[in-house]
Amino acid sequence: MDSTKIVRNIRLGIKDLMLHKLRSFLTALGMVFGVGSVIAMLAVGEGASKQALEQIHKLGSNNIIINSMKPVEQATYDKEAARLSMYGLLYEDEIRIRESLDTVKRTVPARMMRKDARLGERNMELRLVCTTPGWFELVKRRLVAGRVIAQRDMIKSAPVCVLTEHGARRLLATQHSIGENIKIGGVFYEVIGIIISEVGGTSIQVPDQEIDAYIPITVSIERYGEATYDHTSGSRSMELVELHAILVEVESLEQVEPSAAAIRAMLKRFHKKEDYKVSVPLTLLNQAKETKRTFNIVLGSIAGISLLVGGIGIMNIMLASVTERTREIGIRRAIGAKKRQIVLQFLTETLVLSLAGGLIGTLFGIGIPKIITSLSGMPTVIPGYGILLSLGISISIGIIFGIYPAMRAADLDPIEALRHE
Amino acid sequence: MARAIVQITDVTKHYRMGSEVVRALDGITLSFEQGSFWAIMGPSGSGKSTLLNILGCLDRPTSGKYILASKDVAQLDDDELSDIRLKHIGFIFQSFNLIPQLTVRQNVELPLFYLGNDEQTSAEKARKTLDLVELSDRLDHKPTELSGGQQQRVAIARSLANDPDFILADEPTGNLDTATGQQIMDLLGALNRQGKTILMVTHEKEIAEHAGHSLHMRDGKIESIRGGT
Ligand SMILES: Nc1ncnc2c1ncn2[C@@H]1O[C@H](COP(=O)(O)OP(=O)(O)OP(=O)(O)O)[C@@H](O)[C@H]1O
Ligand SMILES: [Mg+2]
Repeated sequence: MDSTKIVRNIRLGIKDLMLHKLRSFLTALGMVFGVGSVIAMLAVGEGASKQALEQIHKLGSNNIIINSMKPVEQATYDKEAARLSMYGLLYEDEIRIRESLDTVKRTVPARMMRKDARLGERNMELRLVCTTPGWFELVKRRLVAGRVIAQRDMIKSAPVCVLTEHGARRLLATQHSIGENIKIGGVFYEVIGIIISEVGGTSIQVPDQEIDAYIPITVSIERYGEATYDHTSGSRSMELVELHAILVEVESLEQVEPSAAAIRAMLKRFHKKEDYKVSVPLTLLNQAKETKRTFNIVLGSIAGISLLVGGIGIMNIMLASVTERTREIGIRRAIGAKKRQIVLQFLTETLVLSLAGGLIGTLFGIGIPKIITSLSGMPTVIPGYGILLSLGISISIGIIFGIYPAMRAADLDPIEALRHE
Repeated sequence: MARAIVQITDVTKHYRMGSEVVRALDGITLSFEQGSFWAIMGPSGSGKSTLLNILGCLDRPTSGKYILASKDVAQLDDDELSDIRLKHIGFIFQSFNLIPQLTVRQNVELPLFYLGNDEQTSAEKARKTLDLVELSDRLDHKPTELSGGQQQRVAIARSLANDPDFILADEPTGNLDTATGQQIMDLLGALNRQGKTILMVTHEKEIAEHAGHSLHMRDGKIESIRGGT
């Protein structure tokens, strides 16, 4: 069987199908939906996992993030006593985590405070993040100008700050004015660098915000004291917090979960109240994977059912076609066609039908995710193997559901077939 | 004496209809010589078509021996029988049996393709064969656009496409008027003179006279043979 004969067979198959255009089209429709949903499913699934991976990457997959949290107040609490609430992570916690856990590679303390920043006429409210150079290792962001905080800034308690591009645009007329002095909370800081922060709105909480300004934690202790007093607006109560967050980096992916458990146990031992929250990006990643799996099962079932229905539809039409063309089959057999040549003829028609449906379905499958993305903003990625897969599915469906009608055609008794009508 | 191309010995064909057995062929022994022209006659239901189908390797006898071109047909499988039909046998039917979706040329090309000819060779051979039946000006017509006589000539061209030794015609003029039937018979006569062995079933005496030999059947048996072995 050489290629010109295959081409000829396909051409004849198409011709026979074109005799019943509407019927052929309706028959192929099942395949269109089936293959379309397979590709759409893959695209949405791939998009979701790519998005999840990106978010995890932003958080750092080897990281554990501990945040201070105001504990839930008890109703019987004396209102006067509640005026000053002390809670949250302590400097000691950071040292303890770093020194007592082998798996911990690095810890980064951070204090956060809201301050007004001013440069000439311009001003904005910033979130001052007081931290160590390690922050920039764990929360990897693109540096657009200058440098980030270095160890020497810590030692010298240099009043320097790193702005986000958002902050720089608001405060500095031009984005790249390194060396400018801006006044934050009454203290002058020299701008040494500008980074691009993560823009909010993603489902996973990232540690940084676009209104951040970063200063050495040593400077904050000198200028603002060891703990941060916060006035809760509308009341006279005060809050006293040492550290707002501790970022922990462990050596390897496998150590993330056990280390998080050890940290939880340690914090529980030293904190009377649960005034902290330990979050593990890796766990979120696993949750995202689980969600994707559920999603795939649902969409996969829909696709599977469509393909099954499409296949049965094709088989049904091919059986009708065999009956309709019984006499033709008899003629061909009388002329000298072998059984396998009859099988091939009908199988080719089924394959043309299922492949045509599959190809149209692929186009839909490529188009639908684009619409989903433009309507919902949900990212979709059409994987290259998806196209191959849909082609494979189309061929398989064509063969699986085409072989029975084709065999029936070939097994007709030539004499009876000739007498048909 | 010319070589016998076909030799059947004590061939029977039985159909079981419930508890009854229909003996469509009831012990037939015959031989046909290369290049002979036979008319097979007999009343309806006497087994003419059944005999023709067995001779044409479309059907197998219930018992008996069938030697075609020194091959024992009973030993052959379905593919081998198809191959014999393709290469050695041409069928002509009462109802023409052209494939209506295909053009005249495509109908004639069918056996050529099944034999493995490429497109160009097939097209050429089909045109030549249609030239023999004087229809090469209707290559791209559909069968339904032709008269009955023309359709039968296309069918003859198709049966000739692979240059078979043996032409089997089951009432080839049965659906045609006398004048057109006459044309078809002239065509078959010419083919016989070129050396084709022809077996033709017919009810009409005038048609049968075109053949050099005739045999009469009744109830699955040979009643009489004229002009041959
Ligand atoms: N498939 C079959 N099943 C049962 N009986 C059959 C079958 N085919 C043929 N017969 C019977 O065999 C006998 C011979 O049939 P056949 O068709 O050979 O007759 P015929 O001589 O060609 O008749 P006609 O001149 O009407 O065409 C008939 O009695 C017919 O009913
Ligand atoms: Mg008959």
